Amino acid sequence: MLDSETNSATIADPKVVCRDVSVSYSGKQALFDIDLDIGSHQVTSLIGPSGCGKSTFLRCMNRMNDVIDGCVVTGSISVDGVEILDDEIDAVQLRRRVGMVFQKPNPFPKSIYDNIAYGPRIHGLVRGKDELDEVVQTSLERAGLWEEVKDRLLQPGTGLSGGQQQRLCIARAIAVRPDVILMDEPCSALDPIATARVEELIDELKRSYSIVIVTHSMQQAARVSQRTAFFHLGIVVEVGETEQIFTNPRDERTQGYITGRYG
Amino acid sequence: MTDREQSTGIAVDSAEVKHARKRYRAERRFRMYGVAAIAAAAGMLALLVISIVATGWTAFYQHSIALDVTFEAKVIDPKGGRDPSVLARADYRKLARASLRKLFPDVKKRGDKRKLYGLLSIGVDQQLAELVAADPSLIGQTRRVEIYASDDVDSFLKGFIDREAPESDRRIKDKEIAWLDKLETDGAITSHLNLRFWTKGDSREPELAGFWGAMVGSFFTLLVTLALSFPVGVLAATYLEEFAPKNRWTDIIEVNINNLAAVPSIVFGLLGLAVFLNFFGLPRSAPLVGGMVLALMTLPTIIIASRSALKAVPPSIREAAFGVGASELQVVTHHVVPLALPGILTGAIIGMARALGETAPLLMIGMVAFIVDIPGSVTDPATVMPVQIYLWADSPERAFVARTSAGVMALLGFLMLMNALAVILRKRFERRW
Amino acid sequence: MPNSDAHIVRSYSDELQNISALVAKMGGLAETILTDAMTALVKRDADLSTQAIQADKRVDNLDAEIEYQVVRMLALRQPMAVDLRSIISALKIAQSLERIADHAKNGAKRALVINQSPPMDATRGIVRLSDVAREMLRSVLDAYVNSDAEGAVKVRDRDEDLDVLYDGYFRECLTYMMEDNRNITAATHLLFIAKNIERIGDHCTNIAENVYYMQTGERLSTARPKGEDAMGLKAE
Repeated sequence: MLDSETNSATIADPKVVCRDVSVSYSGKQALFDIDLDIGSHQVTSLIGPSGCGKSTFLRCMNRMNDVIDGCVVTGSISVDGVEILDDEIDAVQLRRRVGMVFQKPNPFPKSIYDNIAYGPRIHGLVRGKDELDEVVQTSLERAGLWEEVKDRLLQPGTGLSGGQQQRLCIARAIAVRPDVILMDEPCSALDPIATARVEELIDELKRSYSIVIVTHSMQQAARVSQRTAFFHLGIVVEVGETEQIFTNPRDERTQGYITGRYG
Repeated sequence: MTDREQSTGIAVDSAEVKHARKRYRAERRFRMYGVAAIAAAAGMLALLVISIVATGWTAFYQHSIALDVTFEAKVIDPKGGRDPSVLARADYRKLARASLRKLFPDVKKRGDKRKLYGLLSIGVDQQLAELVAADPSLIGQTRRVEIYASDDVDSFLKGFIDREAPESDRRIKDKEIAWLDKLETDGAITSHLNLRFWTKGDSREPELAGFWGAMVGSFFTLLVTLALSFPVGVLAATYLEEFAPKNRWTDIIEVNINNLAAVPSIVFGLLGLAVFLNFFGLPRSAPLVGGMVLALMTLPTIIIASRSALKAVPPSIREAAFGVGASELQVVTHHVVPLALPGILTGAIIGMARALGETAPLLMIGMVAFIVDIPGSVTDPATVMPVQIYLWADSPERAFVARTSAGVMALLGFLMLMNALAVILRKRFERRW
Repeated sequence: MPNSDAHIVRSYSDELQNISALVAKMGGLAETILTDAMTALVKRDADLSTQAIQADKRVDNLDAEIEYQVVRMLALRQPMAVDLRSIISALKIAQSLERIADHAKNGAKRALVINQSPPMDATRGIVRLSDVAREMLRSVLDAYVNSDAEGAVKVRDRDEDLDVLYDGYFRECLTYMMEDNRNITAATHLLFIAKNIERIGDHCTNIAENVYYMQTGERLSTARPKGEDAMGLKAE
């Protein structure tokens, strides 16, 4: 247990609890004994230089690393008290509970409607066309996209602008009613206006979901998150309230990173 | 240096400019080489096509000699029973010869008579039998019938035999020319589209030989090839690309597939002979075995093409599908394979086109036999288009030269059709992501 | 500079250094004005007074320059953590220094008026006050330049001494006024000067708190040492 005075890796009422999480790719260790809690109904941002392991850590939480050959994850990650690294836990079911949005908007090359409907369909979450229509509409509404696309639901999702595509991907993620949404640099391919829309959406969504976002933009982390964790060389250097991290970081390395100094 | 400092912008005659000019010259030269290379290739192709068309186009029409044939009942059906088997076996040649004799009453000598009869195709009896079979009421009547000219006469009428050449060098002698001239002035010689070529099987007689049998044989063979190699190839590629662990075994398999693609096709023929014919005892000369051999040959091509098509599907689509909780099979069947399908189909069609043009392995399994009948199923003896071309090219008769080229044209036509289909499929189903 | 490590973007470091150099320069100028004003008062030197009054304009200009630089950096560099704190502190310290220079200038102006009256003993008493204030100003500027949070805390503690001195001087002036009512004009002016000096001490305390925050990221506890003032009012 870390000292909560200097490093608040643990919090009261966590949604996801990660303890001693280590990851190695084909024998090369990428993450070392990560302890981190993800709070309910708040945004946690993971920052750090490229290759520090923040994306790897994010992918542990919905076991996307399973897909990669030679990737070994050890330690414990529990979502709502359920240990998800157990072999008995079905990764497919887990990924319904823990959705993901990727760096590059990646809608399926299908219609907007089918993009949203795909998840509910394969998980058997809806009965009948009416219910599916409703899920599609509410998901798009929650993603703030409904007004823009309601007249062209049957047109391909790939025809939307980059920002709209990313919001479509968010709508697709929330269509399966997850508890946690993981976002891997969701705005890195977007212009500032589209970024602002997505950030506003994240702010809106945190009421219903627990959100973890990996970002290279410290301003973005500062704008959208309540808690921030700084990763460096595969460890968590510092975790804390976002405000504290950005005004008064306790660790020299954090300070060096966020102020842009040689570390 | 001072020079450069003084000039405010673009110097006209500095070393830099000279260097730039040199670069542009090199670029222009390079482009010229490229254009020359393409022109050379296009020229060769044009030469090939022109030479084939020039020799082959005459095979698409044919000459006939119109005769007033009296369908004498006592020759065709002496008993009057109108029994089809009796009608089929009657001596129709006699009727045609009688008509000829009527036209040229002064031909008396046996040798001359044979020459006179030789103006007509040997298939005249078959031609008349078909007419009677179609309409038995013809018996007893006299009708003007257009009877195929023999291949030599046809060649003569198409201008391949020089009238001025010494008689001993010609296959058509002076007497025959005189008869033909008379027939021509009578208006008895007609030329028409050669429908037989597209509707009949092979024959020893060029004027009767058709390509249809080979086309049907090719169709059955390719059907078998497609039915075997496409599902097996796509499944193998999908498994290797999406599911198989990456280890030494899969590496070995991959290397072997690539090697297999480079194996000469005759080897597959030998394999087919040893395994399918000798060991399993499957029928010789049948499209079934041909298709199986060609399927073996096409399989590596399809696997390699399918794998690269699957590889080209961006990983972001897989991630997206995994991200919403699709299982591995769902990711592959719902997203990856449909996106790779245009590429897979293109690969398959190109493999099929190669199989369509393949000859060597089929020679090994006996599909080189002379077959007159149109095959009705995959187990009937058959030949295929390229083998038919090979057979005709081997035949001595003058008229087979044109037929060979006509066969090549038909084959090229089918190949172009298949390639066009591949392009259309790719354009039609190509998706952007 | 609060942090010796260089930024990856060198011009960013240069700009930060520029701001703190401006603050240090401004502090030096404010200190000179204070010294000159007090010397002019004691030595009855009208020229020096005028010089001090003139110098205040330069302080105002520097304050405007620092404000401009701070706004510019906030907009263009989006500073974080220690950089953010040092930039904000620079802005606030510059404001305090500007007030300090104002108070000192006011002293110089009053010195011109006092010099119209005959010399009086009370003038010397004010030197004790101004020496403490000047010492505080100098120390706090040293603490700023050397990024010395401890030094800043010490400066803050000295404000109490100044308050005590001020209270004593207040009573002294009252005594002079009661002694001879012709002294009232000069003594009142002296009293205002003393009040100004006491305010300078408060501003030094503010600066010290800003230096401490800039260095540590924490605020000093608000329970700041404060004595009972001469009017018998309890400080909050």
